[in-house]
Amino acid sequence: MRFMLLVKATGCSEAGVPHSPEHRFAKEAILASMAEAGVLLAAERLQPSSGGIRMAFSPEGEPELESGPFPADSWLLAEYLVIESESVEEAIGWARRIPAPGGCERMEVELRRLEDKAAGPRNIGLENDLALQLGMLRQD
Amino acid sequence: MNRPAARRTVDAIWRIEAPKLIAALTRMVRDVELAEDLAQDAMVVALERWPETGIPNNPGAWLMTVAKRRAIDWIRRNRQRDDKYAELARVSELISDDDMDKALDGEVGDDLLRLVFMTCHPALSREARVALTLRLLCGLTTEEIARSFLTSEPTVAQRIVRAKKTLNAERSSFEMPSGAALAERLSAVLEVVYLMFNEGYAATSGEHWVRPLLCQEALRLGRILAELAPREPEVHGLVALMEIQASRLRTRVGDQGEPILLLDQDRAQWDRLLIRRGLAALERCRKLGCPLGPYALQAAIAACHAEASTSEETNWIRIAALYEALSRQAPSPIVELNRAVAVAMAFGPAYGLQIVDEIAGLSALENYHLLPSVRGELLRKLGRYEEARLEFERAAAMTRNVREQELLRARAAECETRSSD
Repeated sequence: MRFMLLVKATGCSEAGVPHSPEHRFAKEAILASMAEAGVLLAAERLQPSSGGIRMAFSPEGEPELESGPFPADSWLLAEYLVIESESVEEAIGWARRIPAPGGCERMEVELRRLEDKAAGPRNIGLENDLALQLGMLRQD
Repeated sequence: MNRPAARRTVDAIWRIEAPKLIAALTRMVRDVELAEDLAQDAMVVALERWPETGIPNNPGAWLMTVAKRRAIDWIRRNRQRDDKYAELARVSELISDDDMDKALDGEVGDDLLRLVFMTCHPALSREARVALTLRLLCGLTTEEIARSFLTSEPTVAQRIVRAKKTLNAERSSFEMPSGAALAERLSAVLEVVYLMFNEGYAATSGEHWVRPLLCQEALRLGRILAELAPREPEVHGLVALMEIQASRLRTRVGDQGEPILLLDQDRAQWDRLLIRRGLAALERCRKLGCPLGPYALQAAIAACHAEASTSEETNWIRIAALYEALSRQAPSPIVELNRAVAVAMAFGPAYGLQIVDEIAGLSALENYHLLPSVRGELLRKLGRYEEARLEFERAAAMTRNVREQELLRARAAECETRSSD
């Protein structure tokens, strides 16, 4: 199962305050061990929301636009990681190892499971029977 | 032979030989990842040599010899480094060319089965197992696996890398388990064998001409399993299912002389020998006196169709009951759709429509053209022509099969005429 780890923005990330070398080192280390374990699918950092635009769509009329910066609350994203893990527990385990930014206020990470479209491998037996039965239904 | 032609030929041979090579090499080096690398190295050598020398008479044996030599080189290089490998080097010297020939000619079946049991290690998730099986046992590329699972290539690649690492970390043994250990892995093994069969069967597009061999290989593995675990009802259920489904397959020869699998709807053409074998396997399963499991239920349904000598003789009430049991044990949208058709045939279209309408909103069936096809057919039978026409048109827009499209458009046109009457 795939999970997206949504790392939320903080005042520091929004203001572009650089992380300490220790933090950067810890961050690289966790990404390296995720890659080493074959877990990491994607990791990207977003620019501060000052460059962002929000669009609000309503049932009728044009969408309303609003330029950033936006409040650094739980809605605001700073980074995301996509990982492949065997269980929710494992995904939480990896998320725990994301280093807390030193000197900044609290940081929040949200874990969300990605929707898998694929239900699983095909079942040829059932597909064949359906084709056969539909053929008989048509002739009936 | 020019290089692109050589490439295509080597690719085709690779698909046939890779699982056997990987299985035999895993036995030697006890490491799936290394075994796969060694097998691929042998293929690279073939790509270099064959354009000049031509394809050898027995390409599988040729590849096996090259791969085996590389394996032994590798083992010797690592001999001093690690006691484990030193022990392997000793073992490898006990493997003669003669063993290799035997391995190629049939005993490799056991190696393949060992590889199947290995990939069914309990430490692997179902997703990982499926990806690894398709790669190692069905010879699919990462891209093909990603396509058939509607997922991204990196996801599949990571899954496979991870699965191999897990197997190495667990020191998963390459021995055939017995007793409780065998029973523990059996359901995963059955799933893998059925997956191979499915992959082989899915070759009906004729895209990959070697896939029919996968069906045969899966059947063979199933038959061996039935001997190994004769008290397990689902083993016989799976064998019965594969035998009966295979009876409807016909191999035709395409323009290039390549075998193509075709699903034949004409029951006079079905292979009676395979049907008899399938019915016998189902009988063995029944004699064990357990309620039928999902494979046995599917086999029993296929058996109903196989036993009816004309479509009018079909026992739809029994089929509907079997789908009902299946939908409780292994529910899925496609089981429901099948059940809807069986119920409609047994008890009338209104009852079938009720079942279809319950699953119509499922996102899993969003792009599945058989859903509107079935629904349209049921509405037509109920005289609701305008609704039926819409369903047929929806179905026609969803399918890429030209003949199916024509049939559906004709149905839609017929409904239009009738609704205006």
